Amino acid sequence: MKVELSINGRAVSADIPPSLLLSDFLRENCELTGTHVGCDTSQCGACVVHVDGVSMKSCTLLAVAMDGRSVTTIEGLAGTVGAELHPMQEAFHVNHGLQCGFCTPGMIMSAVDFAKRHPSPTEGEVRRWLEGNICRCTGYQNIVAAILAGTKAMHAPQGD
Amino acid sequence: MREFAYHRPGDLQAAVALLADGESRPVSGGMTLLPTMKQRLAAPPALVDLSTIPGMAGVTVEGRTVTVGALSTHESVASSPEIVACIPALASLAGVIGDPAVRHRGTIGGSVANADPGADYPAAVLGLDATVVTDRREIGADDFFIGLFTTALAPDEIITAIRFPVPDAAGYAKFRSQASRFALVGVFVARFGPFVRVAVTGAAPCVFRQKDIEEVLARDFTPSALTRISIAPSGLNSDIHADSEYRAHLVMVMARRAVEQALGAPARP
Ligand SMILES: Cc1cc2nc3c(=O)[nH]c(=O)nc-3n(C[C@H](O)[C@H](O)[C@H](O)COP(=O)(O)OP(=O)(O)OC[C@H]3O[C@@H](n4cnc5c(N)ncnc54)[C@H](O)[C@@H]3O)c2cc1C
Repeated sequence: MKVELSINGRAVSADIPPSLLLSDFLRENCELTGTHVGCDTSQCGACVVHVDGVSMKSCTLLAVAMDGRSVTTIEGLAGTVGAELHPMQEAFHVNHGLQCGFCTPGMIMSAVDFAKRHPSPTEGEVRRWLEGNICRCTGYQNIVAAILAGTKAMHAPQGD
Repeated sequence: MREFAYHRPGDLQAAVALLADGESRPVSGGMTLLPTMKQRLAAPPALVDLSTIPGMAGVTVEGRTVTVGALSTHESVASSPEIVACIPALASLAGVIGDPAVRHRGTIGGSVANADPGADYPAAVLGLDATVVTDRREIGADDFFIGLFTTALAPDEIITAIRFPVPDAAGYAKFRSQASRFALVGVFVARFGPFVRVAVTGAAPCVFRQKDIEEVLARDFTPSALTRISIAPSGLNSDIHADSEYRAHLVMVMARRAVEQALGAPARP
């Protein structure tokens, strides 16, 4: 079945079976292996990408259903701000918001969507948002700190 | 996942026609159906994608009735200014379904059609005496939910909207399963003048009304009125998360919290 969509700003067309999940399409067909798959139950959030700017679990979307839509993955995130690292990626780096790093792409994609909706969040709001992103190593402390810092950076006034 | 055919019909009639074999399934958000197919618990020969059918999403208010299109996502219900104003308990219920990414894609129509024993929306539909509107008829909430994952819908019937009457007061309290976020027990309480409806989800194979709580609250709509009664555990679910005695206890605790919320206490996140 034919699909045409935009991935990280580039037009992509493909002929794929209807059962192909977006996560597998990204990883296997597009070689964008930054999107991770950590569970088989739609719970862990390692596969979160943006569809038309909104965070969704790519392991629970059919690639054929993305026809005409615009998908952003962790690989394309920095490009959306024209920098080497997106401010949220920078904040995870500076705050050591990861340990093994497996959940990090999904955490960052979720966090960017969160930050757009919550310009000045509380810690509780961050923790509640992360209900769909599971981390098995950090205990979340530095992830929460990173998201608070990244949100601040995303909403900082531009220029010096 | 097993292979299947995929259709994206342009309108409702075409979608119904594609479901005529009784085996093909409609898909809206896919947040329940796709995980089920990944586990091979379902293997429909074809999926009929409803998600791009025009006119099936969005909220309209007419008088004392709020109509929510079947394709409205949980997030759009949680953040709808109309719903927050008219039935805040419905908005806060939608805001505690699953997690943000699930709420961005999952829909009210899919949740109501699925009738998961631990799902949240069925409690609101039954508690508010809502009407399920389909491609061919209207079904009252009391006649809609029949049993475990079982509703009054025909195999090729599509929910187009849910119509909620605006109550004088309503509240929803949910005790989550820590792992799945579904309701171990959720209680929706609504007062319409002298009448009170109480719907319980999570506790049994299917959402149900608890008439003795309704009668007590109809006389005295306060949390303290509920300290005098309890419900029997027989017929309630028992599993590794909670046995039936514990669920019976949780029903009363959630009912009290739902009444507190209906009386103006903030919903617990
Ligand atoms: C990690 C996770 C956590 C979750 N937590 C919760 C929770 O806490 N509470 C909760 O209530 N739910 C929870 N859910 C389920 C979620 O709310 C689903 O979005 C919802 O149950 C189904 O909606 P959908 O649009 O995704 O339906 P789909 O998955 O597309 O469909 C579900 C079923 O309904 C049928 N269907 C779909 N649309 C229609 C229609 N318009 N008319 C007739 N039949 C239709 C389908 O054929 C299928 O049988 C969770 C899901 C996940 C993955």
